[in-house]
Amino acid sequence: MRLTEDQVRHVAKLANLFLAEEEIVKFKSQLSETLKSAEELNQIDTAKFEITPQVTGLSNIMRLDATVPSLTQDQALQNARSKENGYFKVKAVFEGD
Amino acid sequence: MDLNKLSLKQALDGLKNREFSAEEITRDCLERIKSLEPALNAFVTILEEEALKSAKEADDRIRNRSGLPLLGVPFVIKDNFCTLGIRTTASSRVLDNFVPPYDATVVSKLKDAGMVLLGKTNMDAWAHGSSTETSDYGSTKNPWDLGYLPGGSSGGSAASVIADETIGAIGSETAGSIRQPASWCGIVGLKPTYGRVSRYGLIAMGSSLDSPGPLSKTVEDSALVLQVLAGQDQFDATSSPVKADNYTKDLSKNIDGLVVGVSADYFSVVAEEIKEKIADALAELEKLGATIKQIKLFDPKYAIAVYTILQRAEVSSNLARFDGIRYGYGREEFGEEAKRRIMLGTYVLSAGYYDQYYSKAQKVRTVIVDDFKKAFQEVDVIIGPTAPSVALPLGSSKNHPMFGEIADILVEPSTIAGLPGISIPCGFSNSGLPIGMQIIGPQFSESLILNVAYKYEQATAWHKEKPKL
Repeated sequence: MRLTEDQVRHVAKLANLFLAEEEIVKFKSQLSETLKSAEELNQIDTAKFEITPQVTGLSNIMRLDATVPSLTQDQALQNARSKENGYFKVKAVFEGD
Repeated sequence: MDLNKLSLKQALDGLKNREFSAEEITRDCLERIKSLEPALNAFVTILEEEALKSAKEADDRIRNRSGLPLLGVPFVIKDNFCTLGIRTTASSRVLDNFVPPYDATVVSKLKDAGMVLLGKTNMDAWAHGSSTETSDYGSTKNPWDLGYLPGGSSGGSAASVIADETIGAIGSETAGSIRQPASWCGIVGLKPTYGRVSRYGLIAMGSSLDSPGPLSKTVEDSALVLQVLAGQDQFDATSSPVKADNYTKDLSKNIDGLVVGVSADYFSVVAEEIKEKIADALAELEKLGATIKQIKLFDPKYAIAVYTILQRAEVSSNLARFDGIRYGYGREEFGEEAKRRIMLGTYVLSAGYYDQYYSKAQKVRTVIVDDFKKAFQEVDVIIGPTAPSVALPLGSSKNHPMFGEIADILVEPSTIAGLPGISIPCGFSNSGLPIGMQIIGPQFSESLILNVAYKYEQATAWHKEKPKL
C-alpha cells in the first residue's frame, strides 16, 4: 500500500494531530513501508480462524453495582489547565448559535 | 556498607534479623543514585525526602514485628505507573506536569507490602520503543558501557537495578519492554501472563498486551515481587480470576525430566556469539536433567507484522484521551515516535482498511495462540535468546521506524499469545556486554518458568557479575 500525502493529511485530521509539511513527507514513506511489511500476513491462510479479542478467554466481567469511595471533584480537576465553577472549561465545539 | 548492592532476599533477611535498618539501605541507595546520576539518567524523578521518611516509618514497623512482605526495601517504579501525589510522565512532555490523584494497583500493592519508593524511572516515551532513546528526558545509558543503550522501554528500571541504585524495580511489557532491557543490562526480567497483574493505573499502551512485572537481581527476587503483585483486581476487568500460586515454593524443585523446546527459527536472526551462549545454557540444563527437543514454531517474522498492527491500533486509541483538557499538555507535545504510531494505528482502524489490516492481524494472532498450545503438548517450556543482539550503541534507534519491533522479534510471538516469559543472564559477548536467555511457558505457568530459571541461575554465576562504574 502506497499512501499519498493527502491520505496522510486526512489520517492526521482523524487523529487530531498537527503535522508539519516535512513530517507529512516523512510519514508518507515510513507508513507506506510499514504497511508493505504488514502485508506479509496475506501469505497466511486464516480462513478457518476466528479473531482473538481476549487472550486469556475472559468475557462479560461483572462487579457489584455499588458505590465506593472515588475522587473528589477537586481531585478530578486538579490537573486541568482551565476550569470554572468546578467544571472543566473547553473551547466551544459548535460554531454560530 | 554498600547495602544498595543487596538482593531483595538479602535485604529482607538482614532487616528481619536487625543487621541494618531500612533507613541505612535507603541512604546507601540514595548515595549511589547521587554519584551515578545524571550520567546514567535512569531516573525521571528522585524522591529523596519521601524515601527517607517512609524508610523511618518502616523501621518503626519492623520494631513492632510487622510481617509485611517488602517492608523497608527501597524500590523504583517505571514512570508510567500512576503514583498518588508524585509526578508521573511516561517520559513524555505531554504529561510533564501530571500529578495523579490516585495510585496504580501495582503501586498500592507495593505500598501495602511496605516498600520504600526511591523514585520513578526513565523509559521510552509512552513505552514506545526498545532503547529508552525516545524519552523526552534524554536516553538512559547502559551501566556496562555508557556509550550503549540499556534497551527499553523499561530501560531506566533495568539500568538502576544492575547499577545497584536500588534493590529492585517494576517495569511493564507490551512486547519485550521488561525482557529485552533485562537482557541488555544483565539482570532478571519477568513478564507475567497477560492479566496476572492488574493494569489499573498503568498508562496504557497496548491494552490487550500490557503486563506489569519485576526487574530484579535474582530469580528468587522476581518470585517474591510477583507474589505481591499477582491477583485479580476489580478495577481491571481483564485481570485474571485464576488463583495466584505460591511462587517461591517450587523454586528449587528438581527439573529432572523437564522437556525444553527449542525452535530453529528463533536462532536464524541471532548473532553468532549469542547462539553459542544459549547452546551452553541448554547443555547446562541437560546436566540438570532436562531433555532438549527441537520443535517447529510459527515463524516469528510474522509476529512482527501482527504485533505492529495490533499495537499501533491500540496506541492510537489509548493516546486519543490526551487532549490537554483534563490533564497534561496538548497533542502538539507528542514526540515523533508517538505521532508515527498514532498515524499508523488510526489508518489501520479507519473505514475500509479495518478488515484488511486489523481483523487479519487478530486472526493471525489466533494462529499464533494455537501454535503455542500445540507446542506445549510436546514440551514443558520453550527456551531461546531474548534478543537478536547485545546492547547497541547510543543513537541506533534514530531514523529506524521499526527499530523496536525488530529488536523484539523473539519476544513478540509469546506476548501476542499472552504467555509468561523470563529473561535471565547467560553470559557475555566478546565486547563484555550481557546476553540474556528467555524461558517461556504456557499461560499462568509462572511457577514453572521461575523454577527452571532458578535452577539454571544456581548452577551458574552470571548473575553475580556487575559493571565497573
